[in-house]
Amino acid sequence: MSLRTSPLDSVRSWPLRDCLGYFAAWAAGMALIAIAAAILIYMAYRGAQYFDLGLLIESPSSSLNQAKSGGFRDPLIGTATLLVLSTLIAAPLGVTIAVWLTEYGRPAGLARAVESAIEVVAGTPSIVLAMFGLILFQEWLGFLTFDAEGAVLGRSFIAAASMMSLIALPLVVGATREALNSIPGHVREASYALGKTKAATIRRVLLPAARPGIGTGAALGMGRVAGDTAIVVVLLGATLQILNGGDGDVFGFFKGTGGTLTSYVYYNSPAGEGLAPEKAYFAAFVLLGVVILLNFVVARLARRREPAWIR
Amino acid sequence: MPEEAIAASRPGTGFWSDARVERLLGAVACLVLLLIVGMIGFVFAKAWPSFADNGLAWFTSGGDVDLQLEDIFASPSNPAEYVYHLRAWPLLWGTFVVTAGAVLIGIVFALFAAIFIVEFAPSQVNRVLEPVVRLLAAVPSVVYGLIGILVIVPWVGEHLISIERKESVANLVQLDGASISVGILILTVMIVPIMIAIVVDALRAVPRSWIEGAAALGANRWRVTWTIAVRTARPAIVAAAVLATARALGEAIMLSMVAGSASFAPNPIDGITFLFEPTRPLASALVENVEGLSVVPFGETLFAFAAVLLVSSMFLSLAGFVAKQSMRKYGVRP
Repeated sequence: MSLRTSPLDSVRSWPLRDCLGYFAAWAAGMALIAIAAAILIYMAYRGAQYFDLGLLIESPSSSLNQAKSGGFRDPLIGTATLLVLSTLIAAPLGVTIAVWLTEYGRPAGLARAVESAIEVVAGTPSIVLAMFGLILFQEWLGFLTFDAEGAVLGRSFIAAASMMSLIALPLVVGATREALNSIPGHVREASYALGKTKAATIRRVLLPAARPGIGTGAALGMGRVAGDTAIVVVLLGATLQILNGGDGDVFGFFKGTGGTLTSYVYYNSPAGEGLAPEKAYFAAFVLLGVVILLNFVVARLARRREPAWIR
Repeated sequence: MPEEAIAASRPGTGFWSDARVERLLGAVACLVLLLIVGMIGFVFAKAWPSFADNGLAWFTSGGDVDLQLEDIFASPSNPAEYVYHLRAWPLLWGTFVVTAGAVLIGIVFALFAAIFIVEFAPSQVNRVLEPVVRLLAAVPSVVYGLIGILVIVPWVGEHLISIERKESVANLVQLDGASISVGILILTVMIVPIMIAIVVDALRAVPRSWIEGAAALGANRWRVTWTIAVRTARPAIVAAAVLATARALGEAIMLSMVAGSASFAPNPIDGITFLFEPTRPLASALVENVEGLSVVPFGETLFAFAAVLLVSSMFLSLAGFVAKQSMRKYGVRP
């Protein structure tokens, strides 16, 4: 990719100003690698130092000596539940919007409004989304949330997951639109020529071709969901254990409150009350593992080749 | 548009006819649009009492924000006697200092890193750099916060802040290392990946022929990059700064962990001490006070914070969007 110039053009012969710029660019690149390596090595070191598989399967319990009591099974389940639920909401919604924007997009004014609305959501701080979710679920959708003796708190897995899905939504829409845009027009025309309707073309031709893009968007969104704390604190209650909101059935589980790895780390760090940094470190290590895994999935999906007939 | 005409000539049969599908998809898009517009409306409706009671003085300084928040929290339950008095300047100033610091340092750093990635890095280095940037973008803010509060904050408190410095402002604030400088440092690392991604895309989109033309005229590689590629990518650099600002504004958890969480307005007159003074940005103030949301006037005050954040991030997102579009006028599509 980099430009080939005459062999006489070596950095040594450049004016000082240009040399400085060149070395600043190298320094910036090396600094990035150094920072990432420092974070990874430090977290791996701490994770190995406090490595304890028992923590993964033990429920947390509140006691005075946090360092000795309980693990973080419940936050782990909380993170997994939120990931699945919010992707189940965000992926279909995001794909629908992306298809409408790229394949239809009429009237143009409305399309532009939807587009900018998605941009706005992408930039909205998650804490603001969380507070909006609180109004929404306290005042209108209270039946979907945990109620403590009749008082609607507006907190539940459903509430948290639906607001989390707004974080993931712009990423899914963006990746899907990019994938759809990269499918050349002749593919669509070939499908029409075979007598397919536009709807059938979308369903049978465009969506399958865009699948890696959709996957990339969803995985990117999951990464953001797994790492978010503000929504968990506001809308999930960030409780230590998962509390069933019903009579112990599945719906009650989704109506219940809980915590995630992020809120667990937050409350066990010196910033919260837990004061169990060793558990916070190990939980953060696991969280980082989850996020890196999702990243790996993104990289794999992005590299997957599109079907040969596209090109 | 032949495509349109072809599709229209085959309206489709059965339930999934084209017209119906278009309407269905459009309806879903409208629903999400409505939800988002509703969000903006409701946050403002909830925030209004706090703004109405304080007027423009809401944005000025005066008194201790923490005490004012306590008074609001403890206001009587009779709606007529709700207390709303608030002067939010320290929070706004804290948000501004931390965000501006991180974005200014970050954009310079990101520009050079992007130039490196696009133009100078050997391909082996690039193979490492790409996952590195993605990793830095993906590390959850709570993990950054944890490293900050357990490693960097104590180190800064012990090694960088002298005892004399601590004593010089002891009557105002306690300097224990949790400070705007640590906040800016970590925030910079958090927002740099977004900026790099945008700038790299823009630099790659610069037409190859322009660059080769400049090289053919005898400019060296740095000169070519700096005068042709970077100049063409200027709108993208603005967009990167603006979008990263929106992200930085909303950063709550990490800053509440490492920036000291004291509603104190750091004073630039203090010289270097300024860098070690604690602060509390708006978003952190929200996260730390959410337990009080059910107290009506307190909740409405928090929604006023949220409204300020929402307006700023909204304008920034749209401005970034517009800035990115403007590269097209050169015929360059980022």
